[in-house]
Amino acid sequence: MIPTLLGVAALVFFLLRVVPGDIVELKYAGAGVYAPKEALARERAQLGLDQPLWRQFAVWIGGFTRLDFGTSMWTGRPITYEIGIRLELSIELALMATFIAILISVPLGTLAAVKQDTWIDYFVRIFSIAGLAIPSFWLGIVIILAFVIYFRWLPPLTFTSFWVDPKANLSQLIWPALAVGYRYSAVATRMTRSTVLEVLREDYIRTARAKGLWERAVLIRHALKNALLPVITVIGLEFAFLVGGLVVTEQVFNLNGIGKLFVEAISQRDYTMVQSLVVLTSFVFIFVNFLVDLINACLDPRIRYQ
Amino acid sequence: MTRTSVKTLTLPAVSRFDRWLETTFRFTRQRPLGAVGAAIIGIMIAAAVLAGFVAPYDPLATDYATMLQAPSSFHWFGTDSFGRDVLTRIIYGSRTALWIGFASAFLGATLGALIGVTSAYFGGKIDLVLQRFMDLLLSFPLIILALVVVSLLGSGMTNVIFAITVPMVPRCALVLRSSALTLREMPFVEAARALGFGPTRIILRHMLPNVMAPYLIMLTAFLGQAILLEASLSFLGLGVAEPQAAWGLMLRGAAVDFAERAPWMAIYPGLAISLSVFAFNLLGDSLRDALDPKLRL
Repeated sequence: MIPTLLGVAALVFFLLRVVPGDIVELKYAGAGVYAPKEALARERAQLGLDQPLWRQFAVWIGGFTRLDFGTSMWTGRPITYEIGIRLELSIELALMATFIAILISVPLGTLAAVKQDTWIDYFVRIFSIAGLAIPSFWLGIVIILAFVIYFRWLPPLTFTSFWVDPKANLSQLIWPALAVGYRYSAVATRMTRSTVLEVLREDYIRTARAKGLWERAVLIRHALKNALLPVITVIGLEFAFLVGGLVVTEQVFNLNGIGKLFVEAISQRDYTMVQSLVVLTSFVFIFVNFLVDLINACLDPRIRYQ
Repeated sequence: MTRTSVKTLTLPAVSRFDRWLETTFRFTRQRPLGAVGAAIIGIMIAAAVLAGFVAPYDPLATDYATMLQAPSSFHWFGTDSFGRDVLTRIIYGSRTALWIGFASAFLGATLGALIGVTSAYFGGKIDLVLQRFMDLLLSFPLIILALVVVSLLGSGMTNVIFAITVPMVPRCALVLRSSALTLREMPFVEAARALGFGPTRIILRHMLPNVMAPYLIMLTAFLGQAILLEASLSFLGLGVAEPQAAWGLMLRGAAVDFAERAPWMAIYPGLAISLSVFAFNLLGDSLRDALDPKLRL
């Protein structure tokens, strides 16, 4: 885990610095003032950009051990602060979307598998393939449009914490969560369908039926329990992507989350911010991967890790 | 042709075209959904190639007299905030989408195939190093990796293609490596090695043709994803730049600002994206079922 993260950090760090043009030039160009070379050099020295690359890297990595990611080159505030104020929204949204995805996918996928090759199956399959095809940001636009045109109502624009006002919080976040959740349910529905189909052909299902078990017990206790492992893996991975990967949906719903921060940092060439965010998202990804493995090992006694 | 000598003796001469026709027909009958997908893609390709003849207006001509007009018999899908015909821009946008989609899916799947098969053939240290590097790339969310690449290279057609290719390579390499691992132990590969062929020849001539099925499956799966990714990047303003017609770009800026007054600007380009990705997914799914039902994507 740590070597991968170090690799990610090094890759991003050096790649970002290969490209010509830096934040200092961009800042002055944006301000529209002529900047003498000395001023640019002074600014660079202040940001530590005049140091040799290996030292910049060492300082940055060294900070990791103290959970200090440095300060944003653009706003000058600590990166942990900038990420901290947005993390709650991103994690809540990811959790809600995942919850919606599970709610849609497990029953639908199972239903499609049980009723294989009937119109129910076809409907579910088209529904899920459509979910993969419809961009969630466009679905977001359509949802907002429908509200504005038909109900003359807009979801609240400012974020209120769930702990302060749960109702305002939910009425804002449920829509992006639906738009994203539908998309992610598609992957999970297809996975559920195919694994349930596979499991239903197993010998022990025939045995369970042969001993006269109630069909529902066969399905839930014998089939679903065994079919859900790969589904859990898929959902876990999707969750990991959601924490940092909602770049476009956040833009549409005007949510100030990690994804939006990322796009801003990229367009401002805020090196320290971009590299920290990349490391953070891959950390979440690797960590969730690890958790998923643990959960799978808990659920399936056949899987053992040394 | 002479290889199937038994068949050519018993059957009347079957031309290559006839056989192709027969395969297509069988595919259509067995997998109607896939055929629907293929048909939609065919129409899209035709529209993209013939855009100059099919499109009713000039995609770049701005006309402030016809700004933000609702869909009518003159402008089927309405006009945008510059008075440009939305239908025309959607037709021209299919050029952008298909070109970027095909180019990056092809590049991504091919590079991935080369890396995956090479990695499987050599094994040992080369395999380990390549796989670690692929793992590294896989630990980024798809869009984040694409964004990082765009931020490095800047936006524009070629860079967007490259940015979409990069995250696809490791995904394809992973799948094809596992297919190639079993291939490596096959007698015909051993025979090729015994004949003294070098690794380049064995990989290109003996192993790659035998992983065609997963390669094609990955390729079609990537096509839809690439179109979606291109739309997302353009929507964020980091992809294709105005005034070029691109679906994601059409959803950006004015489409959102005027969404209430002119909802057609936001609805039709999104429909175009959804329909095309839907078509590619349908085809990809059916192709996977037909070629390799065990492969789950």
